[in-house]
Amino acid sequence: MKLSGWGRYPVLEARTHRPRSVDALRDLLLSEPHLIARGNGRAYGDSAINTSATIETRYLNRMIAFDPASGLLAAEAGVLIGDIITAFLPRGWFPMVTPGTKFVTLGGAIAADVHGKNHHKDGSFRSCVDWIDVMGPDGAVRRCSATEDAALFDHTLGGMGLTGIILRAAIRLRPVETGWIRQTTIAAPDLETAMSAFEETQDATYSVAWIDCLGTGANLGRSLVVLGEHAARADLSPQQAQMPLRIKPKRKLSVPIDFPAFALNGLTVRAFNALYYRAGARKTGTRLVDWDSYFYPLDAILGWNRIYGRKGFAQFQCALPLDNSESGLRGLLAEIAKTGSGSFLAVLKRFGKQDSAFSFPMEGYTLALDFPVSPKTLALLERLDRITIAHGGRFYLAKDSRMSAATLSASDTRAADFHAHRDSHGYTSRFRSAQSERLAL
Amino acid sequence: MTKPPVLILGARSDIGKAVAHKFAAIGHPIQLAARNAPALESDKTDMGLRYGVSVSLHEFDALAVDTHEAFVAALPELPQIAVCAVGLMGQQADNERDLAAAARVMRSNYEGPASILAILANHFEERGNGSIVGISSVAGDRGRATNYVYGSAKAGFTAFLSGLRNRLATRGVHVVTVLPGFVATQMTEGMDLPARLTAEPGEVAEAIARAVERKKDVIYVRPIWRLIMLIIRNIPERIFKRMKI
Repeated sequence: MKLSGWGRYPVLEARTHRPRSVDALRDLLLSEPHLIARGNGRAYGDSAINTSATIETRYLNRMIAFDPASGLLAAEAGVLIGDIITAFLPRGWFPMVTPGTKFVTLGGAIAADVHGKNHHKDGSFRSCVDWIDVMGPDGAVRRCSATEDAALFDHTLGGMGLTGIILRAAIRLRPVETGWIRQTTIAAPDLETAMSAFEETQDATYSVAWIDCLGTGANLGRSLVVLGEHAARADLSPQQAQMPLRIKPKRKLSVPIDFPAFALNGLTVRAFNALYYRAGARKTGTRLVDWDSYFYPLDAILGWNRIYGRKGFAQFQCALPLDNSESGLRGLLAEIAKTGSGSFLAVLKRFGKQDSAFSFPMEGYTLALDFPVSPKTLALLERLDRITIAHGGRFYLAKDSRMSAATLSASDTRAADFHAHRDSHGYTSRFRSAQSERLAL
Repeated sequence: MTKPPVLILGARSDIGKAVAHKFAAIGHPIQLAARNAPALESDKTDMGLRYGVSVSLHEFDALAVDTHEAFVAALPELPQIAVCAVGLMGQQADNERDLAAAARVMRSNYEGPASILAILANHFEERGNGSIVGISSVAGDRGRATNYVYGSAKAGFTAFLSGLRNRLATRGVHVVTVLPGFVATQMTEGMDLPARLTAEPGEVAEAIARAVERKKDVIYVRPIWRLIMLIIRNIPERIFKRMKI
């Protein structure tokens, strides 16, 4: 069948399997020459596609055990972050780290070592993972943790499924009093103001900025910096406090058709961005928003990836080291504005410290953008790659769909070590994705 | 307020499991019935953790019809809603040559489901309420060369459900016939099904919960199937017999 990531680019013809049990999965692993696991297909590019055998884990999605004293949840890899929230928020628990969509699986969150709006404070997904069960190339299942088989643990988090098939994991949830977030918005008219807002709000639990990537001159880098804290019961209105953990699900919108290519262009994006900034700037200050709107605004529009049209879109997300962040961001934003290929969803975020074998974050800033796929934007992405590398930055593999192996190795010296680790453990020949082949991982 | 229990027959199937999740999510205790029921322990734990409802496991073999009375008698509580997701497609090529294989398909899709639902129907009638959901198939709407053994058994089951509904309509017992169309399940894995016509098991479950609540009689999961089957049923036999469909 035709398979793609969330960006709908590239589209590849791939054979898929949906094993219903670990035994069925092992049989596949032992009979296929090589394969890759796929969770809910939310990586943007070709990370979870193997054209000869893609193993979907959606039926390996049981919750196994929960300890209400510690908040430790053990579950199979196919469980969605959204399932965890549905089950445990009413009992006063929320994921410690969550990416910008709740439609990712536990296995996918581990494989990409995803980050959330609290990375500067709590680190990446790994910081809430106690242990992982991984099926290796021989079909045997190994449990790894920070203290037990630590090398497997370290390489599996951020390893893009290339160290084996993630079967089960235990993660620690965060106790919360309510399902509401106290959100504070700061309007930053330029990049410098936005960055100092991040630096001054390091104590905030959550912080992220929407950035207008078409702003030029004095408007370069104008942003809305959005901070968040889990609201306490005392913060709620009497009406909200009646059911502090249960918030009625909102109606979902969906995008029923592929937008035509002309719908998104420099002009419409420029107009949208200007309006969005002004609307946001009017609403600065603090207010309460529900968890779904705060963490997952795009999940409310099912199939939002269709606004980029049939050809799909490419994501670009880089991390820049702290010392070079400002100059790197200026270089990237100037290049984007010059090309006029705007991105609706441009996000800027301060990363905290991170030390791991192959995970994406590094202390500094991360910028995420998406562009409809066209020869012009693919050429722009190449230029953005070079600017990133020149500033010592690297790229997020869960977003990548088009980078070259040379770009990866120039941006990340750990790639060679990761490949060597794979070779020495017999992973390279067995666990492969279209992305790992493209990037020679 | 505790809700009444829901019995899932054929609980290991993808649709059976999805229906169990759906009813558990809205607060119903669940009785999972299947062969080798102890192997569903992990599903029981999962549903208990997710929804905080009680889930029980019950050994059930649809083909062992002489055990069905005892099976119902042994349930901890007579369910309010019984959903039968038992079914077997087999390989049409085998079903054409191998009488035993064909009989197995016929018994799994008709005799077994009809037997257990007949017993439950009598209990529900006596009590004066309850809902019975039979998952049949559009394959039963007209016999086609590619799967008429399976289709004929489903046709029998559809007629059985229709008759049961007719009989119990004035006795407080509601019967739903579900015609799912293509569904992405173990049964159809590896088949090249058109995406627009193919439902996920979760969609079937949603449709069933809605049908029970709104007392629908016959449902197609994706509405397009009602039209497709209307056309297929109305093609004159003279033409139909030469079609590859």
